[in-house]
Amino acid sequence: MSLPFILVLAMGFLFACGIYLMLERSLTRVLLGFILLGNGVNLLIVLTAGHGSPPLTDGKYLSTVGMSDPLPQALVLTAIVITFAVTAFLLAMIYRSWRLVRADSLQDDAADLRVAITKMIDSEAEASTEYDDTEFGDEAESPIIGAVDLDDDGTPADRGDEEPQDGGQHAGGQHARGLQDEEQADDERDAKNKHDKNMHDKKKGEKK
Amino acid sequence: MIDLLPILVPLPVLLPLLGAGLALVFSKHSRAQNVVSILTLTAVMAIALILLFGVHSQGPQVVAIGGWQPPAGIVLVADRLSSLMLVVSALVTLCVLIYALSQDANDDSNETPISVFNPSYLVLCAGVANAFLAGDLFNLYVGFEMFLVASYVLLTLGATAERIRAGVTYVVISLVSSVIFLTAIGVIYAACGTVNIAQLSERLSELPPDVQMILHVLLLLGFGIKAAIFPLSFWLPDSYPTAPAPVTAVFAGLLTKVGIYAIIRTETLLFADSSLRTPLLIAAALTMLIGILGAIAQSEIKRIVSFTLVSHIGYMLFGVALGTTIGLSAAIYYTVHHIIVQTALFLAIGMVEMRGGSTSTRSLGGLMVLSPALSIIFFIPALNLSGIPPFSGFIGKVALFAAGFADHDWLAIVLIIAGTVTSLLTLYVIGRTFNLAFWRDPADAEEPNEELVAEFAERKKTLLAGKTWKSQIGVPRSMFAATSVVVIASIVLTVFAAPLWDLSDRAAENLHSPVNYVTNVLGGDDS
Repeated sequence: MSLPFILVLAMGFLFACGIYLMLERSLTRVLLGFILLGNGVNLLIVLTAGHGSPPLTDGKYLSTVGMSDPLPQALVLTAIVITFAVTAFLLAMIYRSWRLVRADSLQDDAADLRVAITKMIDSEAEASTEYDDTEFGDEAESPIIGAVDLDDDGTPADRGDEEPQDGGQHAGGQHARGLQDEEQADDERDAKNKHDKNMHDKKKGEKK
Repeated sequence: MIDLLPILVPLPVLLPLLGAGLALVFSKHSRAQNVVSILTLTAVMAIALILLFGVHSQGPQVVAIGGWQPPAGIVLVADRLSSLMLVVSALVTLCVLIYALSQDANDDSNETPISVFNPSYLVLCAGVANAFLAGDLFNLYVGFEMFLVASYVLLTLGATAERIRAGVTYVVISLVSSVIFLTAIGVIYAACGTVNIAQLSERLSELPPDVQMILHVLLLLGFGIKAAIFPLSFWLPDSYPTAPAPVTAVFAGLLTKVGIYAIIRTETLLFADSSLRTPLLIAAALTMLIGILGAIAQSEIKRIVSFTLVSHIGYMLFGVALGTTIGLSAAIYYTVHHIIVQTALFLAIGMVEMRGGSTSTRSLGGLMVLSPALSIIFFIPALNLSGIPPFSGFIGKVALFAAGFADHDWLAIVLIIAGTVTSLLTLYVIGRTFNLAFWRDPADAEEPNEELVAEFAERKKTLLAGKTWKSQIGVPRSMFAATSVVVIASIVLTVFAAPLWDLSDRAAENLHSPVNYVTNVLGGDDS
């Protein structure tokens, strides 16, 4: 096996490991994955220079025969510096993320969850009511008829027989508060129960 | 004049970088820092305008950096397309800077540390300019990295939990796109022995078709992530809305379009022969439809507009994928229109947030009565985005559809239908947003904002009593003025649609005959 072939194998190995690690949810592994992937690409660029003598002349005999291509070596210097800078930034960001949420993993998007929960409540509430109280009818983005309170697991709970209009706004307020609670709890929760959604929900239930 | 133009070409990159350095030096004196930043971007704006006129009358300008002649050295090329993009980006970045500085001056929450904002912002401008001017692939990569690294800093300004969360997604996705782009450069160099775009356009076509296909797809993957093309678009609505309003505005307006610009270059200069027309057209249709369906589901205005941003990227891709001259010129016109309109919308939304305390349609309401000027400034770009006739969005869409009809292909017809549906759905989304945030009584909101409700009731009382009240914008004047300039620019696109169309048409013609570009870069400098 020639040297370039071994380097090509190493490059493939770096790519494979890098991509595998970047698919993880843990940020440190993503960082390691990026470092491996970056080095894989840098190796690829170096490899394009070919195998040869150093691209140096003595100033008099200006032949390029047998030299490796100097351009990729110039390119790879830039690429290495960029990889280095980005790695430093990523490290700082991961550290900040750890300080903030005490978790080394990518957090869920609260706004996304909110949209998902809202839609679920709205559709269920619509299905279970006979009245239609907005001028938009069923087309309303989030009709007031969503007179539901958030249960601990995010599903609509006992609706009771409230007045539709009052109930709607009342429940809306409740809903907002529920979400705020959840956000605060998100910030406060420590690394231990980060995967334990149920525990977290129970805690919230007790607070209420 | 003839001697002056080549000197001007590198300045849009150099000046902001020098400005960034100066701004860092003045990091303790925010006033001096602001003066430096504004002066720099004003100068860039002036230079970009001169370049545009110069290039339009005298043809493309090629500058070999450091006297190293192409193909070995780095070249900056200013042709019609790149100087047009430079002008638009200079206008947008200048307005957004003024908006951001006045917002910052009036912001007591101190969420954005100004000493970091100005230098990063200037580096972002330099990176975007470098990407537009780059004459070789590696310099394009460096330009991408410059504005990406600056954008990482800007997106996570203040480093709150929400921004870090969004920033992680954004940074990791951008890194993946950069790595793919860099891999593509490495492989292209291995195959062709050059990264100079002009030389590549000659050599790539000599490669076997399957190798060409691999290189083409690699490049498009890298740019597609940056341009947020479906299915590579999911990072965008997740990460943009959390950033400060001016940052989101410039990201939404410019950064995705740099991706589109790179795709235009790839499709015309590099891979004019190996066509991925069908997959690109399908991707364009899916980007339009899935983007707008995402917007319908949202209730936060910032997220709604982020989704419409994704959806409207589909229009530009449609024009590029058609590959005809008229398709390309429509895509260029649409890109210019979209940069300005999208920025204006996000700036207006930033003011809505300031005025109404939130951007959620579940709690906003009554802004039409509370701040009529603000609602007008939101309404114009909103209508423009959905393509209502007198505005440039309509002209751009009609041009795209005309290009589609001229193509005589059933797939192009499907695209036209998808485009029409998307346009109508955009109108629906915008109409609903306007209805909820501006028209209705704030007391009707699902999660009413007490301040707005009280203020609205008071206004209503005065109105019913037949009195008038002093109309207030409710946001700093300079923020409003900066947004107005962008909105006026979007109207100017309609008024001067003919010259602009002529310009983008000529740019598209240039793109369509890469021979011009090649002789300009490789042959023109010998004389």
